[in-house]
Amino acid sequence: MTAPVTAGRRYAGAALDRVEGLDKVTGRAAYAADHRPADLVHAVAVPATIARGEVVQVDVDAMLKRPGVVAAIWHGNAPRLATSDEELAVLQSRRVAYRGQYVAVVVAETPEDAREAARTLRIEYVAEEHDVILRADHPRAYRPENVNAGHPSDTGQGDPDAALAAAPVVVDEEYGTPAEHNNPMEPHATIADWHGDGLIVHEPSQNVSGLRATLASLFGMPPGHVHVVSPHVGGGFGSKAKTLPHTILAALTAKQVGRPVKLALTRRQLFVATGYRTPTVQRVRLGAEPDGRLIAITHDAVMQSSTLSEFTEQTAVPSRVMYAAPHRRTTHRVVRLDVPTPSWMRAPGECPGMFALESAMDELAIACGVDPVELRVRNEPAAGPESGLPFSSRNLVACLREGARRFGWAGRDPRPGVRRRGRTLIGTGVAASTFPALRAPSSATVRAEPGGRYTVRIAAADIGTGARTVLTQIAADALGTAPAAVTVELGDSALPPAPVAGGSMGTASWGTAVVRACEELAARLEAAGGTVPDGGLEVTADTGREVRAQERYSRHAFGAQFAEVGVDADTGETRVLRLLGVFAAGRVLNPKTARSQFIGGMTMGLSMALLEESIMDGRFGDFLNCDLAQYHIAAHADVRDVQAYWLEEEDPHLNPMGSKGIGEIGIVGTAAAIANAVHHATGVRIRELPIRLDKLVR
Amino acid sequence: MRESWDSRERIAGRAGRVTGQANTSGDAAAPPPVGADLRISVNGAWHALTVDTRESLLDTLRDRLGLTGAKKGCDHGQCGACTVLIDGRRVLSCLTLTVSLDDESVTTVEGLGLPGAPHPLQRAFVEHDALQCGFCTPGQICSAVGVLAEAAEGRPSLVTHRDRAHPGGSAEPVITGALPLDEEEIRERMSGNLCRCGAYPGILAAIAEAARAGEGAR
Ligand code: FES
Ligand code: FES
Repeated sequence: MTAPVTAGRRYAGAALDRVEGLDKVTGRAAYAADHRPADLVHAVAVPATIARGEVVQVDVDAMLKRPGVVAAIWHGNAPRLATSDEELAVLQSRRVAYRGQYVAVVVAETPEDAREAARTLRIEYVAEEHDVILRADHPRAYRPENVNAGHPSDTGQGDPDAALAAAPVVVDEEYGTPAEHNNPMEPHATIADWHGDGLIVHEPSQNVSGLRATLASLFGMPPGHVHVVSPHVGGGFGSKAKTLPHTILAALTAKQVGRPVKLALTRRQLFVATGYRTPTVQRVRLGAEPDGRLIAITHDAVMQSSTLSEFTEQTAVPSRVMYAAPHRRTTHRVVRLDVPTPSWMRAPGECPGMFALESAMDELAIACGVDPVELRVRNEPAAGPESGLPFSSRNLVACLREGARRFGWAGRDPRPGVRRRGRTLIGTGVAASTFPALRAPSSATVRAEPGGRYTVRIAAADIGTGARTVLTQIAADALGTAPAAVTVELGDSALPPAPVAGGSMGTASWGTAVVRACEELAARLEAAGGTVPDGGLEVTADTGREVRAQERYSRHAFGAQFAEVGVDADTGETRVLRLLGVFAAGRVLNPKTARSQFIGGMTMGLSMALLEESIMDGRFGDFLNCDLAQYHIAAHADVRDVQAYWLEEEDPHLNPMGSKGIGEIGIVGTAAAIANAVHHATGVRIRELPIRLDKLVR
Repeated sequence: MRESWDSRERIAGRAGRVTGQANTSGDAAAPPPVGADLRISVNGAWHALTVDTRESLLDTLRDRLGLTGAKKGCDHGQCGACTVLIDGRRVLSCLTLTVSLDDESVTTVEGLGLPGAPHPLQRAFVEHDALQCGFCTPGQICSAVGVLAEAAEGRPSLVTHRDRAHPGGSAEPVITGALPLDEEEIRERMSGNLCRCGAYPGILAAIAEAARAGEGAR
């Protein structure tokens, strides 16, 4: 049992406006690319135009004769870096591992000159045959030792093959999700500025502490010599969590030219070297009794990674958590291709994996003639189906029931393709959601001033989640003061080290450290008779021991998503008429920002269901539709009626706030709910996202 | 063998030695930059500038005038993050060459209000949590100001006459005075401003509130 949920909460749970809201709506909030240090020069990264091979020569001399050009750097004249990380070893080799990899950088006095220079730089390559298309039967598919987040590649119990052969009802289908790109509205940009032996980097980052450590080791300096500044981040969804090659390129370039450098990626460049969700090929087999009770579950997933590094999305991992069945197996395989390295995109693993599992559950419901809500209730496990661990709390059934009530699910006619309003076929669908509730060690400092003001300092990140606001509320409660008396400083590597804004664990991790620091400060103030000394009083907490000592539980948030769609019977055009989610995610700390998080995730799920698809061009080895005119994300007119609700969930086994992360669960299950609704509307089962017109019009 | 290539077609699937320019099909040396003198009003202050003729209004605002409220989300007219107002009409500043704006008046998000004295729409955005990361927000707000003005002037959108027998037909739209902004109208008119955080329901609520209050058009 961890510490009890903080007593006397007054502000956690209140619908505070975002504390930086007015700065953002008036254009005053400064994002990385908004900085303009004196003497700034502009750099443009030059991408490889082959998918595999070597750079032979770059025509630097011709480039330097051009107006305004300050430098042109490639492997032949770049400074050396201390790294074995091939992803970050920019310009350290002649090798080209994927089309679009940075092979040079040009620097000029103005952005116009720099762009022109990058456009006309002559580069000679030796191209080799490339292999960029993922297939489930690819001969080089292999079993990685681990998948993302440290999960084992394969797990199993019982004899699923025999159980499936004997099962009265079997669903055995293949599902696919395409490559998808995070596309935060803020493109990645770096402003790198060396002075003396130190480096200042303005960079939108979900992980300033991690970025500082990586930069320090690459350039051979103590971490204290690197300062990462990132007060506002224009969205990330995972793409700003890892250190990326353009940041190294900017720092290296600034060092070489001896002036501050701005390197802003173009939208098209975001489709290459900032990460993306791997395409997946998945096979799900469900064996069940005639009443829908599961006997066997298997989930096999194949993903891609680059030749530079192995990143395997944990696609089948949610199938280890969701439903009870005595016989089960999950496997992951990965193929290393001449493609950019995939990475984290909102709910890696759960998001594509639950599309497959929850689509299969819908197919099973139909095969058994059982209501899809009821089917899930029937397969509710008493403990972690694979781990055997007790759930710290699990309210999937309550979410399904509450969602069904709010959505008006009762009395649903299960027959597909029988509801019509004019030319529009109408259908409804449901799917479950899940996401782990993780926590990582963090530190935080809180300082009291004699006038009654407090400052919380922590190298956390607010990427739009509302972290700054929620940490203010958490600190106010722990200090017994009002939020207006608390200032939270974050987004700066000079602050006490903190873990990544990722894995939906930010608030849990940072909040624990903030609470512990505030508790200690309050105790010391009390011991000092309640008065703050003239010089102020400061306390730092580190939660390493507390987090490591955490009891073993299966900790997950759950949810249920309901969708109503309309499909044009003639054109196949699909519209999501209603989307309703109910979530159980511990204590919700700010209903206003939490609702935005849930709805934002569900909206991205809607976008994934209907629109998002990065198409790999087999001949050239790059993503064809690499801009926002061709890679569509949900626009305002696509999003009609999206509602998020949550249950009050008390869970004493989480953290002092009693909260579970909410940044990712909203996207999990949405696409399956929509695809299930499309089947209900039309009778057509879409097993490959996105749900395009051509797949519906037969 | 050295060879140059000038289209994707010619290199397709070919292994071997190739020379290419990074992103272009042409070999011709670019002409030297050309400067132009002009006068432009931004948020009520006049500026005499010499700009590169290739310079977008977005870059002029951000790099020359230090007004970084307008954001560069794509630089290609595909996202709306750079939306500003020229004489009250919304434009994409990334697709507008500054050289074309001699004597024009530009309003950016900074010109609409201050943190201590926000524009009614800015306040409504905060109240309805019509933002998360905030990066699309300046564009959303400038766009919304433009939308309110368009409706007040009676300018129809694609969905204004959606109930007619021949929507989008050949008949010229009839401008009949102020148009009501229902939800469908707001969604349609705001669809040029993408929000990856998915703040659309909050944005809709904020604009609907401003429209109801009859405020915000100016
Ligand atoms: S930056 Fe102008 S539309 Fe995207
Ligand atoms: S608030 Fe983040 S993109 Fe709109």
